[in-house]
Amino acid sequence: MTTAVPAINRAAGAGRRTREILEGRPLDGPIIDMRDLRRDFTVRSPARRLRRSKRTVHAVDGLTFAMPTGSAIGYIGANGAGKSTTIKMITGILVPSSGAVRTCGLDPIHHRRQLARRIGVVFGQRTQLWWDLPLRESFRTLAAIHRLPEATWLKRRDELVDRLDLGTFVDTPVRQLSLGQRIRGEIAAALLHSPPLLILDEPTIGLDVLSKERLRLFLTEQRDLHGTSLLLTTHDMDDVQRLTERVIVVDHGRMVYDGDLPGLVGRVGAQRMMVLDLVEPSAPLSDVPDAELVGVEAEGLRQRLSFSPEQTTAAAVLAAVGERTEVRDLSIEEPDIEDVVRRLYLSTTPPRDAGT
Amino acid sequence: MADRLRPYRVLLGSRIRSQTAYRRSFAMDVLGSMSIGVLEFAEVYVIFANVDVLGELDFAAAALLFAVANIAFSLADLVIGHIDAIPTYLREGTLDAFLLRPLPVLAQLVTSDISLRRLGRTAIGGAVLAVALPLNEIAWSPAKVLLLVTAIVAGAAIFAALFVCAAAIQFWLVEGSEFANSFTYGGSYAAEYPASVFALPVRILFAFVVPAAFVAYLPTLALLDIPGPPGLPSWLGWCGPLMAVAIWAVALLGWRAGLRHYTGAGS
Ligand SMILES: Nc1ncnc2c1ncn2[C@@H]1O[C@H](COP(=O)(O)OP(=O)(O)O)[C@@H](O)[C@H]1O
Ligand SMILES: [Mg+2]
Repeated sequence: MTTAVPAINRAAGAGRRTREILEGRPLDGPIIDMRDLRRDFTVRSPARRLRRSKRTVHAVDGLTFAMPTGSAIGYIGANGAGKSTTIKMITGILVPSSGAVRTCGLDPIHHRRQLARRIGVVFGQRTQLWWDLPLRESFRTLAAIHRLPEATWLKRRDELVDRLDLGTFVDTPVRQLSLGQRIRGEIAAALLHSPPLLILDEPTIGLDVLSKERLRLFLTEQRDLHGTSLLLTTHDMDDVQRLTERVIVVDHGRMVYDGDLPGLVGRVGAQRMMVLDLVEPSAPLSDVPDAELVGVEAEGLRQRLSFSPEQTTAAAVLAAVGERTEVRDLSIEEPDIEDVVRRLYLSTTPPRDAGT
Repeated sequence: MADRLRPYRVLLGSRIRSQTAYRRSFAMDVLGSMSIGVLEFAEVYVIFANVDVLGELDFAAAALLFAVANIAFSLADLVIGHIDAIPTYLREGTLDAFLLRPLPVLAQLVTSDISLRRLGRTAIGGAVLAVALPLNEIAWSPAKVLLLVTAIVAGAAIFAALFVCAAAIQFWLVEGSEFANSFTYGGSYAAEYPASVFALPVRILFAFVVPAAFVAYLPTLALLDIPGPPGLPSWLGWCGPLMAVAIWAVALLGWRAGLRHYTGAGS
């Protein structure tokens, strides 16, 4: 409780929306509160028969932050940055190597079972459903596990089936569902007991645009209706923008940014990538105004230009390219998380060696 | 009490329904498990075709021993045998899912599956028992009936505890980078990792070595009023329940330590 305010004030970029939350809502105490949280893993590599080398991985390396009740945080970082490990400590699956965490006011390890009633967790790459059961049966089983009274859970189930559009497949065994259908089922299962805190670990990975959109609408609606707190890890910047008001970026287990999305974009720039497939191999397009050449492949047949929508438009960049060579095809990519993290570094430490 | 157990009843109920849903393949599974029982009994038969008496037992007594051991083992295997697939549970994140539910992990693990097909083996054991009992000269008394029943029940409990011990040990055995990677990168390793590497030796050890003495051999001696070999007096045959309690205590401690090892709480 006492760490909540300093932790957020310290946030780089001092998120405007984050402050609104602090001032606008009565503080119940943070729903997640962690101090100097660490977790090491010892990894033995069986690479050589004789010498088995032991290596310590600092998966989470001194994280401190507080998440106010009712807020939504986008927790992002490259693969292996320590996001899932953090979530496992928040939820009581893993014990921290050192430091402390409280979730819903509880110690996740000692009160694992009480905590389980207050949180809903979905790991996008794992299933918590029963493969051979249809969702309808899974819900019944989960209701029994959580000892939910018949009157409440049936109503809740119907609400979830309706809002997540599960109606057409609730009687199909989970193993036969598409990824999008399964994830919706997982989220419904995690919310059946109406937890005040929902934790989603890469829920949109592999989903098509339509499924992602439906999921975002649903989550926004649930938060409006029930005030559910949301901790979300994702590789999709759109998820962060649509669903959360605060962003925490981790890299190698350390926090490298805590603030709002505009602040993050201000730091790294909202770069977009234009990938151009050219009709014939061309000289590097290094002189296009307001665009930076970041890659040349296939002897100049494919080139990548990065530009900032605040400075120029895609059309202007394309026109400038058109003056130089003939374009067969193009695509525009959002910056990915890896790129954002890399740029965060560049913005804090002056670039010494170019081209990394 | 009934209310406390309701979650487990529902869990088991859903398992049973999903197993018996495909009747034909279920029937095949049961037949397969029966044939294992038949084969094992055939081995006993072959041995006694060559020798008359082995370890104080003649063929009829050996059949009795076989029946008691087999029923006990198959019951334990039926209820809890899937627990030796703990590497799979770890790899697929099932154990993490258990940790996210408001019930004890071991109880969830036990009720997460039930291998009804193993009833086939129980049936063979039952049939052999039905044949072997009249073949033996047993001075029946209420105490002897009790002895037979406790031998089977305690035997099943002992095997079940041994399964838990074996599962606990696997928390330490399945480690290394391969294991860690499978955690982080999901299913790609699933296909490469041999399922239940440790299961076979463990099963053999438990099915033949440990039980031969305590679960069935000594109770059989006591049933037949045969004095045991030196060092193993036949009254030990009555000690099955004590033994079961002791092994369960060890098993639960081991399980706790194993789970703590997994979550990283210590050891
Ligand atoms: N059970 C484990 N054993 C060993 N190393 C692990 C384990 N889980 C994660 N790691 C390592 O910890 C680091 C962080 O992993 P993780 O939290 O899964 O990252 P993220 O979810 O951000 O991709 C990685 O280097 C990973 O290999
Ligand atoms: Mg992860």
